[in-house]
Amino acid sequence: MRLAAICFSHMPSHPLLSGPANSPWRHRFAVLTALATLLLIGMGGLVTSNEAGMSVPDWPTSNGYNMFALPIKFWKGGIFYEHTHRLWASLVGVLVVALTRWLGGRASRRPLAIIGLAEVLAGCGIFLLWPNLRATGHFLTGIGGVVLLAALVWARNAPPKPPLVQLGWLAFALVQFQGLLGGLRVVLFDSEIGIFHAALAQLFFVLLCVIALLTSKWWQNGNIKHRTPNIEHRIVSQATEPRSFDVRCSMFSVRYFPNALFLFATGLIFLQLVLGATMRHQHAGLAIPDFPLAYGRIWPATDAASVASYNEHRMELTAANPITAFQIDLQMAHRVVAVLILAAVIGCSWSAFRNFTWRSPLTKLAALWLGLILVQVALGAATIWSKKAADIATAHVLVGAVSLAAGALSCIICFRNPEPARAVVVSPAGAGGPASRSFAAKTAPAQ
Amino acid sequence: MTKLFSLLAAAGIAVSLQPVSAGEITGTVTLNGTPPAEIPITPLKDDPTCGKMYTAMPTTHFYVVGPNKGLGDVVVMLKGISGKSTGASAPPVVLDQKGCLYEPQILAIQTSQKLIVKNSDPVLHNVHDTPTASGNKEYNQAQMPGSPDLTFTFPEAENFLRFKCDVHPWMFAWVTIVDHPYFAVTDKDGNFKIGNVPPGRYTITALHRKAAPDGVDKEIEVKDGEPVKVDFTITLK
Repeated sequence: MRLAAICFSHMPSHPLLSGPANSPWRHRFAVLTALATLLLIGMGGLVTSNEAGMSVPDWPTSNGYNMFALPIKFWKGGIFYEHTHRLWASLVGVLVVALTRWLGGRASRRPLAIIGLAEVLAGCGIFLLWPNLRATGHFLTGIGGVVLLAALVWARNAPPKPPLVQLGWLAFALVQFQGLLGGLRVVLFDSEIGIFHAALAQLFFVLLCVIALLTSKWWQNGNIKHRTPNIEHRIVSQATEPRSFDVRCSMFSVRYFPNALFLFATGLIFLQLVLGATMRHQHAGLAIPDFPLAYGRIWPATDAASVASYNEHRMELTAANPITAFQIDLQMAHRVVAVLILAAVIGCSWSAFRNFTWRSPLTKLAALWLGLILVQVALGAATIWSKKAADIATAHVLVGAVSLAAGALSCIICFRNPEPARAVVVSPAGAGGPASRSFAAKTAPAQ
Repeated sequence: MTKLFSLLAAAGIAVSLQPVSAGEITGTVTLNGTPPAEIPITPLKDDPTCGKMYTAMPTTHFYVVGPNKGLGDVVVMLKGISGKSTGASAPPVVLDQKGCLYEPQILAIQTSQKLIVKNSDPVLHNVHDTPTASGNKEYNQAQMPGSPDLTFTFPEAENFLRFKCDVHPWMFAWVTIVDHPYFAVTDKDGNFKIGNVPPGRYTITALHRKAAPDGVDKEIEVKDGEPVKVDFTITLK
């Protein structure tokens, strides 16, 4: 944890924190891309909840058609969920390419042009050399065309700060990798790729949320400004908020504990999402059909005879695999981790409430986070009580994604200024304002 | 007299040509215990196209139990025999997609025997087998209404290989692949008959997808031309 704090402690000196000049439309576009990605995660949740992942057996074609030309008469049953997921993923891909271009500014033109041209040429080469891979060639050419187009527009972008550029490029790489994973899951019949695809989707969404945060005016005109390379930080409190959030965040960092708790809770949520993705991609339905008990007990029996008995009495509507002891243990682990997350997020909210005013952004975010976790617990229970109804299970996935993003953003905000001992507090009008007094009162040794 | 000798000679030849070394195994599989109630397939009835094919709510049929507790859809087969498949020359077996359900839901074939999958529905299905034996290959193919039948063969024995349709996730069937011809699937009253079994001592097993996925075993001896009766009782835990 100390290591994490040390790592983050360098953030104030990093250009990431000061960021590029404000560009509200770029920020709005980043928010739009993040929201589109959240919707994509929801659509992916609908695909697995409806056991429709393999309903379109081919990729990048759809039932032999060009993906974008599949007649609507085929958009039925599981095909509807899978095909709309593919189309929306393509749209998200286009948005991310545009965002990369927007974040990268003028300097991104050449690499995007090279990548786009390479993809177009590779696509043309594939469908000329291997006729049986014609569809793949067309698809790659199409992607290259979009990238090439992005390179040709917005030539007059203001040069941005490098870290946001790098995050943009990371998103650019991830969205293409993620698309490839989705396709490989279909053509290689590999459920484990599906688990990785689902987990990476969550991280990708977090990345876009971070980009949205760092491009925001709130962040770029934030209260903390780095004044000297490694000695002092100027903390400018807002006149409207005497107990400045940033000052309080510094107090957190002095103690390390709350930061650690935020990080711990966020890590647990990611672990939980991986567990959830593993459960979903086992295609075994509900391994435990009751809640809060499990097969009528606090901890279910998982010996061979008991598991055989569970399978005898399961009456599933889908082609669910028989459950195994591993899957029962997995769901129990999911429940245990849920309790840990709830406790950790309650701890985070309580810490924020104790150390900040209610008006502090971190307190508000922590309260929202706790609310999300409570909703998530309710949705988890409802998923079981509804026998894994697709809409409820999908809502469970969506709220999980938002909870992870809320935790990640809380961590970034909280770790923003971990060197309070070196801080100099000034009010907008100069030193000696209410915030500096408040901070001084907190940090001065007792006399 | 000549006629009498001729008749006796013909009878002798006919008897000698009979597969005297083959036996027949018959029996009944009975369910002991009350199975869970079948559940309505609501998504099927709610489907705009498939639902039109039903006036009443279709239900699952995991437990096909006759009036005398005879259990249908049980695969009964000899164990411990391999490499005796006659599947390559055996007639194909048909698995139909009808009313947005697989028909039959449980069937058994030999290794290398052709399995013909038909689509009798006016809707697109995808035919997706999900084998667990390494030698059997997973396929996933769209089958438009009225399109040609699909043919599958599997080289390795496997119990309850699942076929499913991901477009309509309530559609599934289980195909047991056996490496010899000595097997049968019980009818709705739980009866089965396995013919042409060579004499010898065998382990015979009864597999039910839900109640006995690993099988209930019995030891039997098949003697020259003598029918053998074996009854199984599968008890719900």
